[in-house]
Amino acid sequence: MNKQRIIFLLVIILVLAVIGGIFVAPKWLGAKYRPWRLGLDLVGGSHLVYEVDMSKVDSKDQDSVLSGLRDVIEKRINLFGVSEPRVTSAQQGDSHRLIVELAGIKDVSEAVKQIGLTPFLDFREVVQKPSQGSTSTILKDENVDFVPTQLNGRYVKNAQLDIDQTTGATQVAIQFSDEGGKIFEELTAKNVGKQLAIFLDNNLVSAPTVREKISGGKAVITGNFTLDDAKQMVQRFNAGALPAPINLISQQTIGASLGQDSLKKALYAGFIGTILIIIFLIFYYRKYGVFAAFALFIYIVLTAAIFKIFVVMSLAGIAGFVLSIGMAVDANILVFERVKEEMKKGLLEAQAIEEGFKRAWASIRDSNISTIITSIILYEFTSSFVKGFALTLLIGVLMSMFSAITITKTFLRAFVRK
Amino acid sequence: MNIIKNKKYFLGFSGIIVVLSIVMMAIFGFKTGIDFEGGTLWQIKGDIAAPQLQSFFENNLNVKNITVYPEPSSQSFLVRSNDISEAKHQEYLTALKSNFKNIEELRFESVGPTIGKELKTNAYEAIALVLLGISIYVAYAFRKVSFPVKSWKYGVITLITLFHDVIIPAGMLAILGKKFGIEMDTNFIVALLVVMGFSVHDTIVVFDRIRENLTLSRGKIDFDEVVDKSINQTMARSINTSLTLVLVLVALFVFGPVSLKYFILTILVGTIFGTYSSIFIASPLLTIWNKFSRV
Repeated sequence: MNKQRIIFLLVIILVLAVIGGIFVAPKWLGAKYRPWRLGLDLVGGSHLVYEVDMSKVDSKDQDSVLSGLRDVIEKRINLFGVSEPRVTSAQQGDSHRLIVELAGIKDVSEAVKQIGLTPFLDFREVVQKPSQGSTSTILKDENVDFVPTQLNGRYVKNAQLDIDQTTGATQVAIQFSDEGGKIFEELTAKNVGKQLAIFLDNNLVSAPTVREKISGGKAVITGNFTLDDAKQMVQRFNAGALPAPINLISQQTIGASLGQDSLKKALYAGFIGTILIIIFLIFYYRKYGVFAAFALFIYIVLTAAIFKIFVVMSLAGIAGFVLSIGMAVDANILVFERVKEEMKKGLLEAQAIEEGFKRAWASIRDSNISTIITSIILYEFTSSFVKGFALTLLIGVLMSMFSAITITKTFLRAFVRK
Repeated sequence: MNIIKNKKYFLGFSGIIVVLSIVMMAIFGFKTGIDFEGGTLWQIKGDIAAPQLQSFFENNLNVKNITVYPEPSSQSFLVRSNDISEAKHQEYLTALKSNFKNIEELRFESVGPTIGKELKTNAYEAIALVLLGISIYVAYAFRKVSFPVKSWKYGVITLITLFHDVIIPAGMLAILGKKFGIEMDTNFIVALLVVMGFSVHDTIVVFDRIRENLTLSRGKIDFDEVVDKSINQTMARSINTSLTLVLVLVALFVFGPVSLKYFILTILVGTIFGTYSSIFIASPLLTIWNKFSRV
């Protein structure tokens, strides 16, 4: 390779390193225009897994129910000013999950509580059991069957407090969405003269008798509730009612102070580890060690830049990154040892370097393959800790194969005299 | 260094530690973490002592099956119990705050039994897949036939050293579990899988060199001598590549966040024994096998 091309490559690497350095720095331009995205285990927050009860939902409706749930919960969380709430759905076997991630929120427990308070409203048809002769107005489970319908909280557009004109009782007036209005119309048409049961969080609230088909999508819930109960119900309906019941099956909440402490400690440990490696490299490999140390520094900057663009950094992610720093110099060590051997055989330094890079490539590739296999398999793991760790380890190892070869080789070619 | 000649000491040392590890695992077993079993892990800070906290939970709040471990480095407590529901969690937190000063919740993790079961299955799958992936890779790496030892034997020995490197940290966890209540959780399994990945490549580097030297000096030199020469040629790079990893691991273990401590320790111990086994176990085993198959 001629001198000009080497210098050209060297300049490109250095320019990339400077740009990368500015980009990843926690202060100044990079931080101003694009701050790091940190996971909830570093800034504090909550990772909640809800199981969605789909037992009463038609399989063809499941997707729309899930997206309805996502919307309702997102709307609720937004009231808390979470910077970037993430609500995702996942399926595990037969079980449908809703995963809610709240990062950087001050009062996690209040948010969790609010999600838990999101009401689940649904309407059910009342069918008399054939064995019972008399038609009783008192609804008891043993007398009747409650047949679930499609109509539920998903179709509630808004709600307001209402007073019954004749009795003066407090009631809640519901306005359905257009779609919900149609379902309600069909449902009432089908059940004229019969009762329609209204359930809130699986408790029967009231079961008015349908006198005629109701168009326009308006319904009224009456029951034995106080003014305060009714007010609360209205508030919650307006914040969104759930299209299917949900149940919290797992949560991980990290306090903000613990998160910040973890971040500080992990970065400090990574810094110390890097310094130790650089001391070792320079002590053991002298001149080559200095080049390898520079290459390592550039590796760290460029890899961090990739993480900053594509990855939300979690504690596990930082751990994976720091481990990859420990492995990144492996390739250099393999090359340097080979160069030493070639020089012992009588090659000149410059030749030995070219030969060393050529011959060491096979072992560099081989030594990383097993780690690559492991991290790809781990990435398929459901736990978010493991995912974060595996992803950064994988990217780190791939980057290190590139950096150790390209960057160190360019340095050595540029600075070792022929 | 004449490793092959002194192999009985090296093999003996490893043998003792492996047997000890297995005995420890058999006697103590493992404490399963909440992520596999379902349960709650709660980290709390405040003006309170561990026994006081324990009795408050048991007597005032009426929570059974609870253990409180002090966590000195952050001056907090780890409360481990069965699955606590969110409603109960809030109730207990309010009670703690009204009874003690400066109560701060650092972490609350609660895993339901279904998720626990899933993570367990997940872990088994990951272990099986990594073992399979690594075996395929090992078979590929040693696909070329070589003389005098059949190439599949290299593969088998690579896998034996892999188990060696994994059993030792597992034994360590059994002891830590008994003494400090450290649990076997997802992170521990992940650490072992990472160790497997590291373990294999060190061994392959040495074996590659042995085969290279064998083809260079076909039939002329004693097999043991070739192996010894190969180990000595590759020893510096084996130790140095591991050393750089050990340096960052030690830094993470000493200065890093507490929640990663045992994850890092597992990888650290696995890496150290992995390096040891690739130098002092894998190749000596190869010479022994070679001798036996010739007889």
